[in-house]
Amino acid sequence: MNPKKISYIFRQAFKSMWRNRMMGFASIGSVSAVLIILGFVLILVLNINNMAMVAKETFDQIAVYIMEGVDDEQIEEMGNSFRKIDGVMGVAFQTKDYALEKVKEDWGEDAILLQDLRHNPFPNTYIVQLSDVSKADKVIAQLQTFEGVDKVRYYQDAVNTLIKLADFVKKFGAGIIIILLLISVFIISNTIKITVLSRQREIELMQYIGATNGYVRGPFILEGVMLGLLGSVLAILLIMLGYNYTIDYLAGRYVALISGMSGYLVGVEMVLYDLIIIFMTIGIGIGVLGSLVSLKKFLSI
Amino acid sequence: MIEFNNVTKIYKKTFTAVKNVNLKIDKGEFIFIVGKSGAGKSTLIKLLLREISPSEGIITYNNQDINKIRKRSVAEYRRRIGFIFQDYRLLPKMTVYENIAFAMEMICCQAKNIRREVPLVLSMVGLSDKAKYYPDELSGGEQQRVAIARAIINKPETVIADEPTGNLDMETSKEIMKILTEINRRGTTVIMATHDREIVNQYQRRVVELKNGIVIRDIKAGGYSYESEED
Repeated sequence: MNPKKISYIFRQAFKSMWRNRMMGFASIGSVSAVLIILGFVLILVLNINNMAMVAKETFDQIAVYIMEGVDDEQIEEMGNSFRKIDGVMGVAFQTKDYALEKVKEDWGEDAILLQDLRHNPFPNTYIVQLSDVSKADKVIAQLQTFEGVDKVRYYQDAVNTLIKLADFVKKFGAGIIIILLLISVFIISNTIKITVLSRQREIELMQYIGATNGYVRGPFILEGVMLGLLGSVLAILLIMLGYNYTIDYLAGRYVALISGMSGYLVGVEMVLYDLIIIFMTIGIGIGVLGSLVSLKKFLSI
Repeated sequence: MIEFNNVTKIYKKTFTAVKNVNLKIDKGEFIFIVGKSGAGKSTLIKLLLREISPSEGIITYNNQDINKIRKRSVAEYRRRIGFIFQDYRLLPKMTVYENIAFAMEMICCQAKNIRREVPLVLSMVGLSDKAKYYPDELSGGEQQRVAIARAIINKPETVIADEPTGNLDMETSKEIMKILTEINRRGTTVIMATHDREIVNQYQRRVVELKNGIVIRDIKAGGYSYESEED
């Protein structure tokens, strides 16, 4: 590649992009749209997975809610029985007052909302620590047989739900993304087609002269690459702005209700680098593919 | 140097454009390919340029089967052939000089060589003073001379001209012929498709006549055929 050739290819590519700018915008827009949806799905999946991971850390604990009206003696007895179940390592008791205090603490200033409560809605709870996670199902089954046990909460349910949700989002997202990718390739190939047709005589001439492939195809491929690249840059900017805004919005508004939000959400800076690489690769890929589709159709001499 | 060996081209499985053509062209020859439109002249040229492939038969160039050239090497093959169109095909937004330089640029060639070669070729076709003109400021004959300069700038072994005088009057056609014979005199093979009876008769070179895709006459030195008198 000599500099002359490179400058020729760039000149031609820029010239036709300018001449063809309306189609160019359409192409850039379609690439952006695909990537934004891709980014949305990726971030969603990433966050759901992250939530599942965080939830998993508390996964060797089972919360046993005790019905209202069960007296202290019975509670103590229940605790002793729980300890004897196979697979249980330890048992800790949490009074309903403690549960309320803890929530108040977590909510901080918003705890004012709880002031008017006439009675404490939280149940007395036993936290059962498992010695072996694989025995969770058996332990749960036994816990449920005790009289006075209201509900048995096990985090794995939540984790499984989250994993299923992430899986669904992934599959659904993949379907949409594939369709949109095809549409983008089609739009770009159409844009390039206009350029190819407008320069058909010149290209034909080049082929008769025996110009190397670089000269003939270079400008079109570069045009495709640049359309794809611009589309991906636009998508990155929009996704980052949007995601940042969403995090701020959630954090500012619902900090109390989704306590510990910051732990559950993946920060912008954590995904930025990967997104840039993924987006640019896909953007350029769409561009090159679109050009090649057009060139294959229209350069045949 | 160029050999057509029993070449047949059938379009869309039904229309036979050329049939069982056997042709041998030696280096340095000047050859007219004549015949009415539709006789198969253009098909023959397209086959030679490897724009299309024969349905049957083999075409060799310097003993190489040109249809066995790999796709990416076709460009290299075409550089050995300079091509001249009936309608000149100059790029309208480039000057005469740039049109010719373009052909060199596309292939290789350092700027230094381009600056040296283009004026030489321009003077050969007698257009040294028109280097900075744009194609639409030139007459048809001048445009065709620019096209010839472009065809020979990369020093091809063979020049193929498809009706190069088709759009020109007699006087101008003679100028074009003068340049083509000069190119031939310097050792380049020239293949010219034409139905310009006067020129063919005047030059008395090898004539290959096609009718309905079949070579009906191939003589060392002769005029336009009697067969085509009626057109």
